[in-house]
Amino acid sequence: MNPALQAVVTIVVGVGGCIGYFWLSNFILDTVIFPASGPRAGRNINRANMVRPWLFLFPALVALGLYLAYPVVATFLLSLHDDGTFVGFANYAQMMSEDKFWESIGNNILWLLFVPAASTAFGLLTAQLTDRIGWGNVAKSLIFMPMAISFVGASVIWKLIYDARPAGQEQIGILNAIYLWFGGDQPMTWLTIPFWNSFFLMAVLIWIQAGFAMVILSAALRGIPEETIEAAVLDGANPFQVFFKIKMPQIMGTIVVVWTTITIVVLKVFDIVLAMTNGQWETQVLANYMYDKFFRAFDTGVGSASAMVIMLLVMPILVWNVYNARKEMR
Amino acid sequence: MSLISGRKSGLTWAVHISTLCLVLLWVMPTFGLLVSSFRTGDQISNSGWWQALGTQETRVPPIRISGDEVETDGGFTIAGNLFGVDGSNVTLWGTSSQATQAYEAGQTADLSDGMKLTVMVDGSFALTAPDSFSDKRLPRVFATAVIPPEFSLDNYRTVLFSPLAGQSIGQAFLNTLTVSIPATIIPILVAAFAAYALAWMRFPGRALLVAAVVGLLVVPLQLALIPLLQFHNWIGIGKGYLGIWLAHTGFGLPLAIYLLRNYMVGLPKDIIENARVDGATEFQIFMKIILPLSFPALASFAIFQFLWTWNDLLVALVFLGTSNDQQVLTGNLVNLMGSRGGDWEILASSAFVSIAVPLIVFFAMQKYLVRGLLAGSVK
Repeated sequence: MNPALQAVVTIVVGVGGCIGYFWLSNFILDTVIFPASGPRAGRNINRANMVRPWLFLFPALVALGLYLAYPVVATFLLSLHDDGTFVGFANYAQMMSEDKFWESIGNNILWLLFVPAASTAFGLLTAQLTDRIGWGNVAKSLIFMPMAISFVGASVIWKLIYDARPAGQEQIGILNAIYLWFGGDQPMTWLTIPFWNSFFLMAVLIWIQAGFAMVILSAALRGIPEETIEAAVLDGANPFQVFFKIKMPQIMGTIVVVWTTITIVVLKVFDIVLAMTNGQWETQVLANYMYDKFFRAFDTGVGSASAMVIMLLVMPILVWNVYNARKEMR
Repeated sequence: MSLISGRKSGLTWAVHISTLCLVLLWVMPTFGLLVSSFRTGDQISNSGWWQALGTQETRVPPIRISGDEVETDGGFTIAGNLFGVDGSNVTLWGTSSQATQAYEAGQTADLSDGMKLTVMVDGSFALTAPDSFSDKRLPRVFATAVIPPEFSLDNYRTVLFSPLAGQSIGQAFLNTLTVSIPATIIPILVAAFAAYALAWMRFPGRALLVAAVVGLLVVPLQLALIPLLQFHNWIGIGKGYLGIWLAHTGFGLPLAIYLLRNYMVGLPKDIIENARVDGATEFQIFMKIILPLSFPALASFAIFQFLWTWNDLLVALVFLGTSNDQQVLTGNLVNLMGSRGGDWEILASSAFVSIAVPLIVFFAMQKYLVRGLLAGSVK
């Protein structure tokens, strides 16, 4: 079948199926199983209302269970097996003996330290600046824009910036052009300089995420009660004191949310590294290491083990989020 | 606030200027690629995109003089123009590869056998000799020309319709559309029903389910790849569109349920309870009241999911094949980066085809996007 036609059929079947399922199951519940009439109408209504939430939830629960919860367990089991035989933690041991794994961990730590911090800082700075000027909304739009660009698209965009031509030729990468203009002696191939090249990759993600941080923090800044700021100004606080001593503490909660959200993005970052260096020149990160193991080395055991490492790193944030959500529910 | 501080003007200028710098820094990368996508390959490799508006000096590939000779008094002449089109200006030229810039435009060079060659600024030349040229090798001209800026849509024409790296971007564009539309629509409905139950129905275990959804929000989908691929193979759908639609639906659900529940909880209680008292069934309440009222939240999620499915690479690499009628834009772009890494005219225009739709969606629906972000994070 033509894929486009298949897509249309899927939409119709999907939407129609959903509505049909909900309508039919509610109809059966209300008229066939527990009819709201006859001698036991009251009891039937109560019973129907106890069952109904589960009818509404059923498709979502199946999808969530199958596509997100089950894979966590399955991946853990796969990480304990090698070609179907149980090997205990041998895959983990093998993974830990690989230099590439430790390189990935090292880089991931760098990414985790640097990207959320830089994105949040840029976000805070731009939020604070754009809130004070007339064309602030236009500025916000433009800084927010990279959010809509795919990681692969962003990689192409930044690869042009980092482009290097042999010495003597006209440089077409703006970074090298600026570097030479400021007196650099020869063009650098930025992405092949170990250690520093990771930062050039991080710049791409910071460029994308700063807009996200800005939007959220700007809303938080606007939510700060005016009186607190006015009081501080009357007491003679300068703008920097107002910002760091009055505003920052009041939006700390939001900063934490932004920081953790970007942290999660960083842990999963894959496309940028794949597209720009593919982990060469010591830029490997966990998610790309895992992809290498799964789909290039076809080593499901070690691949699953590295996926579990990512899960383990996400775990503290998961627990923290759930804890906060439960606190809010009460 | 700045009024109170009393130092308005100085500080305000600093704010304007630093904002402008940041905005330029943020827009510059995309703008550079956009400009490059309209330039020819030669232009891109000869000068940076920031010089695109200036004229640039290039060395024209050697041109061998040709043309019909005309007999004049005392000799023979061949006249003509080096370039088929006008617009180029010759500055320096030469007749051997060792000295390509030996003469200025307008000068006359004495060559062997009494030949004399003159090349003018506009590229016109005159070659004269005392004898007929019939059996002589005519000289080659190495010219350095100044070419005015030139922008065209040719790159886009090339990438959209001709198969580079095995597949045209036009085809990949259609594939991406095929992936993202159902993958955006299906989860919305499934999530909306679940969100309604979690927001407005009382049943044991509700709080636990909400917590579970919050937890699943951050589960890395990296874990899901292999088990789900095995599962898809086991139920017989293998790699293909059906598989990727299901996968995107599953991965999108936690955010959808979370956003929609947060929104629905805030809907006025009276409306729902009045409807219940009036004897409306839950299904009717949902379809006629909740769904229309939740439109802003539905729109926010739809934008998120659309951007995410359109821009995704990993899920497409795993759950779709790499054949012509399945590979998506991001996959195609990664292939191009590998195989045509130096052809910036192709890369730039391909990248722009792939980011055009998300950018349009972004600028058109920014309001909903921001609203969704705030509902998802600040709450």
